[in-house]
Amino acid sequence: MLKQTEGSHAVAEAVALCRPEVVCAYPISPQTHIVEGLGEMVKAGDVENCEFINVESEFAAMSVAIGSSAAGARTYTATASQGLLFMVEAVFNASGLGLPIVMTVANRAIGAPINIWNDHSDSLSQRDSGWIQLFAETNQEALDLHIQAFKLAEEVSLPVMVCMDGFILTHAYERVDVPSQEQVDSFLPPYEPRQVLDPKNPVSIGAMVGPEAFAEVRYLAHAKQMQALELIPKMAEQFKAVFGRESGGLTHSYLTDDADTIVVAMGSVLGTIKDTVDEMRAAGEKIGVLGITSYRPFPIESVRAALQNAQRVVVLEKSLAVGIGGILSTDVRMAMSGLQLHGHTVVAGLGGRAITRKSLRALFAKAARGELEHLSFLDLDWNVINKQLERERATRRSGPAAESMLRDVGVIAARIG
Amino acid sequence: MSFQPLHFYQTGTFTVGNRLLSDKDRTVQADIGRTNSLNSGHRACQGCGEALGARFAIDAAMNAARGRLIAANATGCLEVFSTPYPETSWQIPWIHSLFGNTAAVATGIAAAIKVKRQKGEMGDVRVVAQGGDGGTTDIGFGCLSGMFERNDDVLYICYDNGGYMNTGVQRSSATPPAARTATTMPVGPEPGNAFGQGKFVPAIAMAHEIPYVATATVAGLHDLEYKVTKAMGMRGARYIHILVPCPLGWGAASQDTIKLARLAKETGVFPVFEAEHGEVTGVLKIRRQQPVEEYLKLQKRYAHLFGKKPAVETIARLQAAADKNIRKYGLLDQEAN
Repeated sequence: MLKQTEGSHAVAEAVALCRPEVVCAYPISPQTHIVEGLGEMVKAGDVENCEFINVESEFAAMSVAIGSSAAGARTYTATASQGLLFMVEAVFNASGLGLPIVMTVANRAIGAPINIWNDHSDSLSQRDSGWIQLFAETNQEALDLHIQAFKLAEEVSLPVMVCMDGFILTHAYERVDVPSQEQVDSFLPPYEPRQVLDPKNPVSIGAMVGPEAFAEVRYLAHAKQMQALELIPKMAEQFKAVFGRESGGLTHSYLTDDADTIVVAMGSVLGTIKDTVDEMRAAGEKIGVLGITSYRPFPIESVRAALQNAQRVVVLEKSLAVGIGGILSTDVRMAMSGLQLHGHTVVAGLGGRAITRKSLRALFAKAARGELEHLSFLDLDWNVINKQLERERATRRSGPAAESMLRDVGVIAARIG
Repeated sequence: MSFQPLHFYQTGTFTVGNRLLSDKDRTVQADIGRTNSLNSGHRACQGCGEALGARFAIDAAMNAARGRLIAANATGCLEVFSTPYPETSWQIPWIHSLFGNTAAVATGIAAAIKVKRQKGEMGDVRVVAQGGDGGTTDIGFGCLSGMFERNDDVLYICYDNGGYMNTGVQRSSATPPAARTATTMPVGPEPGNAFGQGKFVPAIAMAHEIPYVATATVAGLHDLEYKVTKAMGMRGARYIHILVPCPLGWGAASQDTIKLARLAKETGVFPVFEAEHGEVTGVLKIRRQQPVEEYLKLQKRYAHLFGKKPAVETIARLQAAADKNIRKYGLLDQEAN
């Protein structure tokens, strides 16, 4: 059914259609509308047989999820930013135990400085947590990916994060096609756990594993992600057969076949990039886009196949690995190894900084001219940075950096565009 | 098996053997039908109070739940010594997740059971969570308090040995005053834990006004089983805090575990009581009051109090703390005073 609705609500409806049995809720912007929406649906009886639990922290949210999933219940929670970081120990534990929990991450920057707006620092910090991470480009894809996520998680017994850009997607009202319960039921069978806490057949879960088997147990987690790599495209096909639209998969290519320059990115910024590419194509520029949907497992072969005929690759990422540069680009470089390609990392959109077509066009043109640096930061205000660096050179007690820089920016700091 | 009816008479001892009791008053532990939920073969130290406490408590809980019980376990001695895989001592479904999240994991299990019961996919299965004092009063305290305030249907059992024994005897917020640990030594003028610090979690549990809070020791098997059984007969959040002497961490002889637990109670150092909805409803009276020295001198963690120059003032402060417990909880019968 077509609906004009908020991204968060679309996701809440998708999760409700997946018949979750336990939902753990803890508020954090910009995720909160999702669990609020689910709470309303549970209360209204739209989700039968579902326990909605208000927990005292994100650490508890993931821990309750671990308990309920281990007891055989289909389990869902959602978080963002500091919340994801607060639950990290349990995040690793959930994947280590092989529990197919599904969690939305409404991507948001990590402080300090505290910032509620969008970038990908939060889920990318969980790169090696053992969770599958799928990135949605649109609200429709966010909705669709949740339905696929439960199926994927339960087939490989691994938890899945569905990552959607905070505010940009979660708070945007857009048209989405909400499937029927019959469609979802035909796609997603009831959860049959591989392991369950059952008095009829008692098992111990979570024993200590020493050097004699730890590497093997960890390898199994890798093997399961490799299974997921095979499964994700198949699941997208099955999804298309039932729901009649393309959603999910490992990567999405756009005008890459003859492209000299390929821009690689994840999430909602792909829309802006595609618009820019359309403009540049119209001007005769051979440029294309590779959107990565499955960040973990990382589709090395698929990325390599898409990039191999290009001359240069620009990885535009909403994340920063301080001390080296890119996070996503490190993985893309891995996929490019052996290919004679120019690689560029562009850090953009941190903390909600708008990524405009104008800036992108200038950036891509610079790349096409071969003038783009190895690592660059889109629309960085060098005046503010240099002023602060000078202040720190001149004065030992230069004060808190963020506050000084905000003062330099002035009252327009509230402007995020 | 049939039992030969015998009749004994007590002569000057407070020990009540099972053989003196009618069948229905005998302990679960004495029953050949006990479940041995924490089975033999585990790797606990000789004289481990926690192993004993867990065995008593979980068998009693299993008995009350008619064999349908799931346990969540915090990281710690109990977790490590019970599951040296490929061996496990647990005869019940058991999960260990993390050090600080056991109460929340148990909440999740209880939620899953509730849904499965609604769907008719599962019978009435009960949930216990268990951890040591570090996992309960320190790192797991946030999740514990959350479970309490939501009144989740979980019985949480804390095995309190007054420190982080699994990592080599460090201070926790349940380490008693003047007790020496590896991490009380570097702070302050005395090797022992400072006075005026720490917390008594049973009192904090009572402040949540949860249905049931109790303390117990491994010296009182009947009392412990009674409390576990009573707790299992209730719904909502329940908390039992069991004092479990640790021969390693306390520097005590393995054979003194029960004796020390009894002395902790008989001196007033550890008040044994129960409370419902935030109000004390019963206390286990001191039968033959002992001075705290009798309890302290058996433990090397207090050895610094008993050198050539006994720390008379410190011992007096510990006695005063015990006396305060006695007053506060009414641990002595009036006539005994």
